[in-house]
Amino acid sequence: MNLTLRVWRQAGPDAPGRFETYEATDISPDSSFLEMLDLVNEDLIGQGEEPIEFMHDCREGICGTCGMMINGRAHGPQSMTATCQLHMRTFQDGDELVLEPWRASGFPIVKDLVVDRSAFDRIIEAGGYISIDTGSAPDANLIPVAKQDADLAMDAAACIGCGACVAACPNGAGQLFTSAKLAQLNTLPQGQPERYERTEAMVEVMEEHFGSCTNMGECEAACPKGISIDFIAMMNRDYRKAKFRNRRSA
Amino acid sequence: MATKVSHGDDAATGSRRTPFLVELYRSALGKKYLMAISGIVFMGYVLAHMLGNLKLYQGPEEFNKYAEFLREGLLTPILPESGMLNLLRLVLLVSLVVHVVAAVQLTRMNKQARPESYRSKRDYVAADFASRTMIWTGTIVLLFVAYHLADLTWGWVNPAEAGATVYDKVVASFSVPAVAAFYLVANLALGVHLYHGVWSLFQSLGINNRRFNHWRRALAVGFTVVVVGGNLSFPIAVQVGLIS
Ligand code: FES
Repeated sequence: MNLTLRVWRQAGPDAPGRFETYEATDISPDSSFLEMLDLVNEDLIGQGEEPIEFMHDCREGICGTCGMMINGRAHGPQSMTATCQLHMRTFQDGDELVLEPWRASGFPIVKDLVVDRSAFDRIIEAGGYISIDTGSAPDANLIPVAKQDADLAMDAAACIGCGACVAACPNGAGQLFTSAKLAQLNTLPQGQPERYERTEAMVEVMEEHFGSCTNMGECEAACPKGISIDFIAMMNRDYRKAKFRNRRSA
Repeated sequence: MATKVSHGDDAATGSRRTPFLVELYRSALGKKYLMAISGIVFMGYVLAHMLGNLKLYQGPEEFNKYAEFLREGLLTPILPESGMLNLLRLVLLVSLVVHVVAAVQLTRMNKQARPESYRSKRDYVAADFASRTMIWTGTIVLLFVAYHLADLTWGWVNPAEAGATVYDKVVASFSVPAVAAFYLVANLALGVHLYHGVWSLFQSLGINNRRFNHWRRALAVGFTVVVVGGNLSFPIAVQVGLIS
């Protein structure tokens, strides 16, 4: 199949950017989206041009690095699918694809389609861990975890930190990521001792980098892992409780 | 994390501690929380306002009596005349300030979170017209409220002659096609605002339970239809001569 690509090219963080048009020819419908970009880049290199910079690592939908806007949607048109898991058969021969990097002040553009997502690391650093000693593996298994709680924590832990939620959100809010990272710890017994300190700290770092949630649900629709906005409600509830408790113990 | 040991100066700051709601308001999450609470106040208000105004259909006597009752009869003699009314007005005013100021501040924050918008056309999946236009539907409603107060509460722009009864003022106002049209537009905007707001407030308050989550949207739709349906009927009834 043959496609026309309009790709955002930007030489560096402060350089001006623009869309460039490329032709992707003879693409197999069975190839993945990133393989298609690899082929385009090989052509570009052959012509002595700078290849299109994009991020990728695992190419199996678990590392979260490959995000980009494809035709106005984070990770492209297929729901619950990261860019690397997207196949060219999703598109039609002759389609025009517009590729743009995530746009958010918390995710500054590094080059072309690559953004710096380290603001997410700042949020994790604020409390996205458990610092109590949980012992070795057999000890951990001695703490009973209700099936429901385990399932909920696993659903939240599916987050790969790709940033699609921020990218898709009309407000550039980081609520879905932060709430998932909170929920994966806050729903488990081991997460309880630091629950409210964690919630307050992570929410407040999130607010330094990202926008405010207006419950549009666009993040949930864009999330390649199908993380539910139910976690956002859980975070809102915990944050209010955290403010109240931490104030009393301050 | 660790409990602080109290020192002399700690006790001093403790006595000057900011109230909980003020502290909550400092965060964006807290602002949304208070927007949800003030939203609930407005929901109560618009519902009561619409239900009370249904008395228009019972004729001038009943309607004027109802207006009189609001001014004088509400919880008197426990409270002085107009006491309860003024108390309600105060609650509404505070809610309005909180709701509007928080909305403006959060909108500014969101603008800063994406200073450069997407150059390609967005293809929204879940964000609907209502949720993306809250700031605009809210502005329309706010402008309308200002006009509505100037028209019927303070009477500055009311077309009826001085000394007219409340009923006559309403009919005089709604007989002007432009006023009736403005009223219709504002109430449609209110409907769009409520459709998202009533659903959204559950999320903001963290009221979420998979067993009853589907009721949140149903409540938003039901509430919107009842309030806006009732409100829209008044100028239409005047325009077609059902109320005169
Ligand atoms: S490359 Fe790892 S998630 Fe796509």
